[in-house]
Amino acid sequence: MIYLDNVAGTKPDERVVEKMIPFLKEKYGNPSAHFYPLGREAFEAVNEAREHVANLIDATPDEIVFTSCGTESNNMAIKGLALNDNYKDKKHIIISEIEHFSVQNTCIKLLNEGYKITKLKVDNNGQINLDDLKKSITDDTLLVSIMSANPEIGTIQDSAAIGQICKEKGVIYHVDAVASVGHQKVSVKDFNCDLLSLAGQNFYGPRGTGALYVNKEVKLTPLFDGGFQENGYRSGSENVAGIVGLGEAARIAKDEMDTYIPKMQALGKKLMASLEGMFDFLHITGDKSKRLPGHVSFWIEYIEGESLLLWYSLNNIYGASGSACSSNILAEDEDDLAASHVLTAVGVPNDICAGSMTFSMSKYITEEDIDKVIEVTPTIVTRLCEMSPYYNKK
Amino acid sequence: MAKGPYSDKVMEHFMNPRNMGEINDANGVGEVGNPACGDVMKLYLKISDDGIVEDVKFKTFGCGAAIASSSMATELLKGKTVEQILELTNNAIVEALDGLPPAKIHCSVMAEEAIEAALKDYYVRVGKDPKIVDEMKAKIKDKVKH
Repeated sequence: MIYLDNVAGTKPDERVVEKMIPFLKEKYGNPSAHFYPLGREAFEAVNEAREHVANLIDATPDEIVFTSCGTESNNMAIKGLALNDNYKDKKHIIISEIEHFSVQNTCIKLLNEGYKITKLKVDNNGQINLDDLKKSITDDTLLVSIMSANPEIGTIQDSAAIGQICKEKGVIYHVDAVASVGHQKVSVKDFNCDLLSLAGQNFYGPRGTGALYVNKEVKLTPLFDGGFQENGYRSGSENVAGIVGLGEAARIAKDEMDTYIPKMQALGKKLMASLEGMFDFLHITGDKSKRLPGHVSFWIEYIEGESLLLWYSLNNIYGASGSACSSNILAEDEDDLAASHVLTAVGVPNDICAGSMTFSMSKYITEEDIDKVIEVTPTIVTRLCEMSPYYNKK
Repeated sequence: MAKGPYSDKVMEHFMNPRNMGEINDANGVGEVGNPACGDVMKLYLKISDDGIVEDVKFKTFGCGAAIASSSMATELLKGKTVEQILELTNNAIVEALDGLPPAKIHCSVMAEEAIEAALKDYYVRVGKDPKIVDEMKAKIKDKVKH
């Protein structure tokens, strides 16, 4: 199996799993019960994990709130601000048109609460225009929420420059860094951000774990009412084993990122160059240089993405497609099928972005894996082209 | 075999589509598309003088369900009379494929529409009013109701 859908979630590092197991078995204390050894042990393990996560993103441990995933972190950041009385006079939020649904749909909810949402356009590479951002900020602007990297097309934004603009304008800046953390250097200091979301599953940690960095100057209203866990920001019993795994993944990423990123970058470049050389009707999406390491995304004229996805899958190569037909296939209604908003935003026409494909690598991918993808692609593409009424043999 | 949301039958037809290609001397060609997802199916019919489908081929731009529906439709068409193929509904295609996910039923509808389009083209070519297809379809539906 060649797993190349790592923006959907990476394989957990074996050391992460090993570190978690005791907290699923014998170390089952509740961190809130830290007056006896079993609870104290869990409490200390959670705090150790907090230090590792903080260390990975240049924050301090008391600025880290553990959540259940990136979606929860994004919801907590945006709704938490909107609910807070300190910011009740500001009703404008700026996002980009390629944000994750957990940002877009959260903002749509806020429209009903009287908020105005500005969606910044992106260029054909998926970059926002910094002048557009500057012009969009008004006295009413509460928040700018721009992701650091897009998982579908791989494009990396200039988060530091965006942060600088927000800082100068006195606007709160949230970064959805779920696709970036563990794959590029992410520093809340360099980014000048106030809020930053991350998820463990995207950098060799466990699924169902996440964290939100909250700058001490920022006030958030908790989304859950309950006890006082996570410094009052997130009530509910902690997922101790998950948090321990997330912390271990953060520790490993901090120590080893400089080693595995260049390898992933080189393999990504090799795959991208090979694919581009195969067919003149294959087009790379996203920014070719400012992109996540090992991220390759493309669309092919004449053929449909889900069929491409299925054929790679039959060759034991697992990727992703943003085609309408691969979206929400288990939906009850065909109206729920829609082409990726990211691909349409970067200018790929609706009928053509049907043929999109994304391969995202992990540190475990080898050169042999990439050679296999390169080997099978011509057969798959030729087969589907022959079947297509659009394709005319020249 | 990777099954995913599709039945073994769908995957079998996806991997080994029957009657894929074009018929150079086809006397009925229909091309239909689904605006919701961009799928397109082109169906070629070779109908004999006594109104029997002698040969049928397809080309499809679409997902696994669209390709499997196209392939199954061609299997069900071969050797049938014009009247018989008009009785072929999308439900029959879905049934023959051992089901499709709800969001993919439209792929079988596309196959049914392609058959109608190809037959209309056939009637035009033989000098008849293509509306006859709609009239025959209406009669079949009426018969089913009763």
